[in-house]
Amino acid sequence: MASITLQGMTKRFAQRTAVADLNLDVKDGEFFVLLGPSGAGKTTTLRLVAGLETPDAGRALMDGADMTAMAPAERDCAFVFQQYSLYPHLTVYDNIAFPLRSRMRRVDEAEIKRRVHQVAETLHIEGRLKRKATALSGGEMQRVAIGRALVRQPKVFLMDEPLSSLDARLREELRVELKRLQRSTGATVLYVTHDQVEATTLADRIAILEEGRVQQVGTPIEIYAQPVALNVAQRLGSPALNVLPVEWFEGSIDPRTAHVGIRPEDVGLNAGNGPSHFDVLECSLVKHLVVAERSGVEVRVRKVMDHSLTPGEGVRLNFPLEHCLFFDASGRRLDS
Amino acid sequence: MAEIQIRQLHKSFSDFVAVKSSSMVLQDGKFVVLLGPSGCGKTTTLRMIAGLEYPTSGQIMLDGADVTYLRPRERDIAMVFQLFALYPHMGVRDNLEFPLRNEGLPRAEVQRRVREVAEILRIEHLLDSRVGGLAGGDRQRVALGRAIVRQPKAFLMDEPLGTLDAEFREIMCLELRKLHDRLKTTTVFVTHDQNEAMALADHIVVMNNGEILQADDPQGIYDFPSCVFVAKFIGRPPMNLLDLREPLVSGIEVVDLGGTPIEVPQALAGCDRALFGVRPEHVRLGGPDDGLPAQVARVEYFGSHWIAELDTPAGAVKALVDKSVRPQEGERLGISFDARRIVMFDAVSEQLLPSATTSKHQASMFHG
Repeated sequence: MASITLQGMTKRFAQRTAVADLNLDVKDGEFFVLLGPSGAGKTTTLRLVAGLETPDAGRALMDGADMTAMAPAERDCAFVFQQYSLYPHLTVYDNIAFPLRSRMRRVDEAEIKRRVHQVAETLHIEGRLKRKATALSGGEMQRVAIGRALVRQPKVFLMDEPLSSLDARLREELRVELKRLQRSTGATVLYVTHDQVEATTLADRIAILEEGRVQQVGTPIEIYAQPVALNVAQRLGSPALNVLPVEWFEGSIDPRTAHVGIRPEDVGLNAGNGPSHFDVLECSLVKHLVVAERSGVEVRVRKVMDHSLTPGEGVRLNFPLEHCLFFDASGRRLDS
Repeated sequence: MAEIQIRQLHKSFSDFVAVKSSSMVLQDGKFVVLLGPSGCGKTTTLRMIAGLEYPTSGQIMLDGADVTYLRPRERDIAMVFQLFALYPHMGVRDNLEFPLRNEGLPRAEVQRRVREVAEILRIEHLLDSRVGGLAGGDRQRVALGRAIVRQPKAFLMDEPLGTLDAEFREIMCLELRKLHDRLKTTTVFVTHDQNEAMALADHIVVMNNGEILQADDPQGIYDFPSCVFVAKFIGRPPMNLLDLREPLVSGIEVVDLGGTPIEVPQALAGCDRALFGVRPEHVRLGGPDDGLPAQVARVEYFGSHWIAELDTPAGAVKALVDKSVRPQEGERLGISFDARRIVMFDAVSEQLLPSATTSKHQASMFHG
């Protein structure tokens, strides 16, 4: 396993700067997630590490050694794509064994057999080894694709939205398995996603990317609880951060404040009407969510409730200042 | 406005039974969601109500009149397939007028209806805009307008939000519900997504293998699932179901869960093998000597909360934990439960067992 360092990485495509002066430090054995909306530069960053793109400026290091000029095959990174690209005419066994049979590696068949079976066992696909790749379900195919990466025992795994083409249940299942696998093997994983649940549940650390720039790097808890900017605060959290009008807080907060944010689980909720009452728009017991509205502002509240609230019903909400996040006009968070 | 009654409705395709002799009453003005996995019979049921499919046997009544074998056009019901398709080359007004002109309504009536719909959806100011230039939310509202402008007695919708991305789906859920609160038109909505069902429905009908398993309001379905299938299908993560070692005896209020006595609502029936059901949010973590002994096997962070998976003598238990508490993997603790929230199932028949709490609950919708 290995560490990965990116120094001043920049990549332009025609007029567009996909990645701008990017610095990252992925530690040995770390599960590192790049999180951001589409077009943020996540995939380009991953491809720069893999050597599939050549940077316009900057360096990529593996275990401290410069690999910027190395070809992809020399880098010892295994790439898992969103679309499992398996060989349809080969069996599951041969698909997994494929990278070991390349002329560069020349692993003998007994060793290949041992490793394929070990990987298949880890991924719970032992029973599928003799099947054709096309006879598998989506979840199984993605497992085989991950197996093909695992079997090489590379120094670093690069994964680009590997779960996003699966349905919700499979995604959940494979997510848990992926984390377990990474833990037990101590693999270094650089993982790209736009899904915040994958980010908070899988990552040791997250980098939030926006428009080719790193906005914040930290553990999931750091980023969720101490976001440096409004756009970071809005990137993490489901339901999303509430942004409330400053007028609701006038006099009691820093005058530089332009936006007040509060997490849905930090909003206080009491039944009944009152001077500052809100109308319930939606209530979901499954999501532990209440959406309520006052003068055109919708507020989301996360709360485990005994009884469902009916749309139209009145509730009183409060926003404890100690849980609020304050941002200035440029979106930077003000120190509390 | 319409009440839809379904009596002993049955549909088979050669030797496959899609809907098994089901009965239910969809009350006037309610938003009813048919919920279930693919192949459960929900879409076939909807298509029979629409008249796109005729039943093998049984009856469909619309406001007391038998419509079972009427053509779709002869029932005053609107089937909404793709809620969100608009004609991009037409303006907003033309998009809204189109379905009415198609029906040959007089011009004055068409204009009146379009004005009314625009007012309901608060899109009057957009009537002369082009569809192409609209923001996402406005665009969806126009599309919704086109679906409702015909003013049918009932709306039938088959996964209309399925093609939208997650963010829009939530916005449209809210819009659909607001619209329903204003119009109060009986709506039958098919989905496999429990979130949509819980957010939208007055009543939910859970189906599996062509059978209606439960029909009730969202709270009833959530609190008192009629069987193990419903208990697992609704709620994320799903309800914890744990084996009781000893037979359940009618009248008892304490059960042995993995060697620890646990208070439960009084059982009103006995059962040789019972399952103890509790939702993750009703599991409480305490000190090691407090309740059922447990060890933290795994925690997952979701920002607003943690999901902890705990090993206990009664089996694995998932608990929803406040974000301010961080359970450590390997940590030993004890768990207790909100007694009022516990339900029991017969492990063999998988049916809900009656208790002091379930007996007080009255389902708000009829089915048979």
